[in-house]
Amino acid sequence: MSFLEFLMSRWPTILSLTLEHLLIVFIAMVISIALGVSVGILITKNKVAAQIVLNFTNILMTIPSLALFSLLIPVLGIGKIPAIVGLVAYTQLPIVRNVYTGMMTINPSILEAARGMGLTEKKILRTIKIPLAFPAMMSGIRTATVMGIGIGAIAGYIGAGGLGVYIFQGISRSNDQMVIVGAVIISLISILTDRFLGGLQRKLNR
Amino acid sequence: MIRFENVVKRYPGEGADAVHNLNFEIASGTICMLVGPSGCGKTTTMKMINKLIRPTSGAILIDGRNIDTVDTIELRLSIGYIIQDIGLFPHMSVGENIATVPGELGWKKERINARIEELLELVDLNPKVYRNKKPNELSGGQKQRVGVARALAADPPIMLMDEPFGALDPITRAKMQDEFLHIQEKIRKTIVFVTHDIEEAIKMGDNIAVLKAGQIVQLSSPMEILSNPADPFVSELIGGRNSLKMLNLMLCGQIMKSLSPSEGEKARATGHGLLGLKATAQDALSEMLRTGQRFIYVEDGDRIVGVLEFEDLLERASRHGLSQ
Ligand SMILES: Nc1ncnc2c1ncn2[C@@H]1O[C@H](COP(=O)(O)OP(=O)(O)O)[C@@H](O)[C@H]1O
Ligand SMILES: [Mg+2]
Repeated sequence: MSFLEFLMSRWPTILSLTLEHLLIVFIAMVISIALGVSVGILITKNKVAAQIVLNFTNILMTIPSLALFSLLIPVLGIGKIPAIVGLVAYTQLPIVRNVYTGMMTINPSILEAARGMGLTEKKILRTIKIPLAFPAMMSGIRTATVMGIGIGAIAGYIGAGGLGVYIFQGISRSNDQMVIVGAVIISLISILTDRFLGGLQRKLNR
Repeated sequence: MIRFENVVKRYPGEGADAVHNLNFEIASGTICMLVGPSGCGKTTTMKMINKLIRPTSGAILIDGRNIDTVDTIELRLSIGYIIQDIGLFPHMSVGENIATVPGELGWKKERINARIEELLELVDLNPKVYRNKKPNELSGGQKQRVGVARALAADPPIMLMDEPFGALDPITRAKMQDEFLHIQEKIRKTIVFVTHDIEEAIKMGDNIAVLKAGQIVQLSSPMEILSNPADPFVSELIGGRNSLKMLNLMLCGQIMKSLSPSEGEKARATGHGLLGLKATAQDALSEMLRTGQRFIYVEDGDRIVGVLEFEDLLERASRHGLSQ
């Protein structure tokens, strides 16, 4: 069977796995961004907390992703939930770190002027700090999302579905075409997402 | 009026007071310069007025009210604040920067817009050109003009200025100083102005507080500081040539001998050297030295109204300088 014939015969499965993959990553990223941005902002209030959180997210990321997902099975079982939890944990570091550094590297005299003029801390956060940290935040989100799409393949390994299913099945059945289709589509999604977020970033920064 | 009563500030973990037992007053509508070497406590003193720094003990009163009893945000909104690094918000346009405090105070849009235009005119920036520019499109001097406009936005009675012109080149700095004095003639704010430059203090101040290691060693008018420095520290800060510096504080219009209109006509006919009413005695001396003449006429518009003689300058400078 040629590669093209393979694609033609399997496209409904491929399409549904792709959509499933996108859905898992999308849900995980929405949670990850909300969590990471909040944590990144919160830890700017306390240096010790910041060090602890940053080290912790750093450690999370050094755990091989396959191991991280396997570790979640005894706790959360298999399926989409542990996959999403794993993805959230794995993509925290770039978001938290970028939000944090973005906020901490704002020129102190800007903040001093804002305080001295009589802006409340809340107002400073909303109108000064977040807008100024925004480019850094966006680049963290972009990195995390692209990472999430790739690592999302491992969700297939713990029964969450997605394109990973094709890769793992392909490996166990020695079916190269399945592996290639899974990998190529994941790469394509990554590249397109990266392009899209990059464009968005440039547009918003202007 | 701003009043310091036994104000002490010791930073946590420090062995000595950054500011020790300050007792002084700044009269409404005047510029008080805080001058002294780096680390003497100028910034600490100033930042206690808008509660950016809390005193360890003592009280600060504004128009008789202890600032501890005033809400911090309300207090700060009523005090203009300008720092050397300016701290313009880089993501906002010039207009948005200026609109910050009026916005906080809930002004109507039209009122804010009118105020932005008025202030940009005041600091000599064309509103049409500059209003929508971002801070990174401005030169250092222009940024500080916007900083001044932003601090003045809600017409606060008090302004705190921490080395506002310190980062500018000498020519721009002198220009900003002149313009700021000109603006102050119109707006009559109570201004606390920090500088480490004694020349700037002499030029800008109604009064000068000289600080040394957290204490005021002398608080008096520029003329008094120059003619009667309280101790060797102040003398050294002035750096000599006091008499010449004093001549810089005297305006031709103030020290000339008046001439009648007919005398003025006659003087005009001689074609002799002329200076304006606002020229300083130092300008007059310089002009006399240049031309080799012992006197100079003073004109107001196109009329010659007075004459200044070399002997007058000599007498004035030496009279003030008796104590040296
Ligand atoms: N946040 C701080 N913590 C500890 N010491 C400080 C702090 N800010 C200033 N100081 C010290 O207080 C003294 C006065 O500082 P400052 O008011 O900034 O002086 P100036 O503005 O005259 O240069 C200096 O010795 C400085 O080192
Ligand atoms: Mg200072």
